[in-house]
Amino acid sequence: MNEPVIEMCNLTRYFGRKCAVNNVNLTIPRGSVFGFLGRNGSGKTTTIRMLLGLLEPTRGSARVLGCDSRDLSPAIRARIGYLAEGHKLYGWMRVREAERFQSAFHTRWNRTLFANILDYFRLARDAHVRTLSRGERAGLCLALTLATEPELLILDDPALGLDPVARRALVESMIYVTRESDRTILFSSHMLSDVERVADRIAILDRGRVRAYCRLDTFRDRVRRFVLRFATAPPELPDIPGLLHTVRSDNEVSLTVVNPDERTERVIGDLGADGVERVSIDLEDAFISYLGERGDRGFFLQEAGGAS
Amino acid sequence: MLLEFHVSTGIPTPVFRQIVDQVRRAIAMGSWQAGDQLPSVRALAEQVVVNPNTVAKAYGELVRDGLIEARQGRGYFVADRRQVYSDAERKRRLDQILWSLVSEALVLNFTDDEIIDALRRALSGFRSASGHEEGDSHE
Repeated sequence: MNEPVIEMCNLTRYFGRKCAVNNVNLTIPRGSVFGFLGRNGSGKTTTIRMLLGLLEPTRGSARVLGCDSRDLSPAIRARIGYLAEGHKLYGWMRVREAERFQSAFHTRWNRTLFANILDYFRLARDAHVRTLSRGERAGLCLALTLATEPELLILDDPALGLDPVARRALVESMIYVTRESDRTILFSSHMLSDVERVADRIAILDRGRVRAYCRLDTFRDRVRRFVLRFATAPPELPDIPGLLHTVRSDNEVSLTVVNPDERTERVIGDLGADGVERVSIDLEDAFISYLGERGDRGFFLQEAGGAS
Repeated sequence: MLLEFHVSTGIPTPVFRQIVDQVRRAIAMGSWQAGDQLPSVRALAEQVVVNPNTVAKAYGELVRDGLIEARQGRGYFVADRRQVYSDAERKRRLDQILWSLVSEALVLNFTDDEIIDALRRALSGFRSASGHEEGDSHE
């Protein structure tokens, strides 16, 4: 496999006594589109800020493009494009002034690409930034980030507050970036439909810890639902390894299980159901079950033999 | 040979599986013939707005199953072979269709005989409309 673009090693950050990021070990290979998932406050932004050297790790370290994140040189930074959460811009600037301002910090600036993205989001060059809609601001931020043609693109919740049309434009722009096969994208998102379209690998953070780190298809494949039908009321359930979510009705039990194996099948088989149906579930359902409050929270889903 | 591909999100079927199914169906129905060229991975990825690796994975599975073939430097083409699904897969799909048909029909209060008669009528209606003879292979 290619050398990793990002490597996090026991990355940890406390704010006071609160642990925001807890011993995170993740590797992001070159050329991947990596979806960084998790509920609000799970530590995604804190992790991203440490990767960019904007925040010191309390413990552990991260290497970005081969360089320690606390020590990123201007030359390395020039290869990273960062879209901060919330699409922050100077409101008094006009769109074309924002371009002039931003491009002054960069040696590489693709004016054609910048113009194309503005057209894509239908942005007028002389509009004041403060008058732009959320979608337009996102488009401008994206254009400002992509115009440097970064080797590593880090997008912190780029879809926040966007309407479906703007979100589609965002996803299309991300797919456009993958035209160069050595480009890597790390993006955090709550929009699982976007994740489904664009991510090939994911990590799920839960209260600062990594709960899953694998290919998107692996995650979908390993979270399964079994529907058991009974002639009478369903029996009490024994301990089922990896059980995430249970729904009981008069004569049915639905079990959402992570990583079911022969042992799981045996335990389910021994319940004496009249019929057992394996049901596929969508990504959102799988994600919600995985992060549910009552499920087995200790479970860590990982690619067999690493996430390569 | 243009086929309208559709990819939906938020459904139980993963995106790569949707692409595999649509290519299989196009070949099974004869919309795509042996030797026809498929869209390139990049072109299809941009058309349906998904990660190109997902399209590549779908094409990879279709190549492994012998439905399409990769020709060096020229792209992907529909292969000569006509058997689109394995016997086990055909049976699984038929069971799936029958299960939903039977459960819906029973909810509507039809008797077993009525359901079987309706199925026979539908079969002969379909055959006379499409010119298929009974005993035609599944292709």
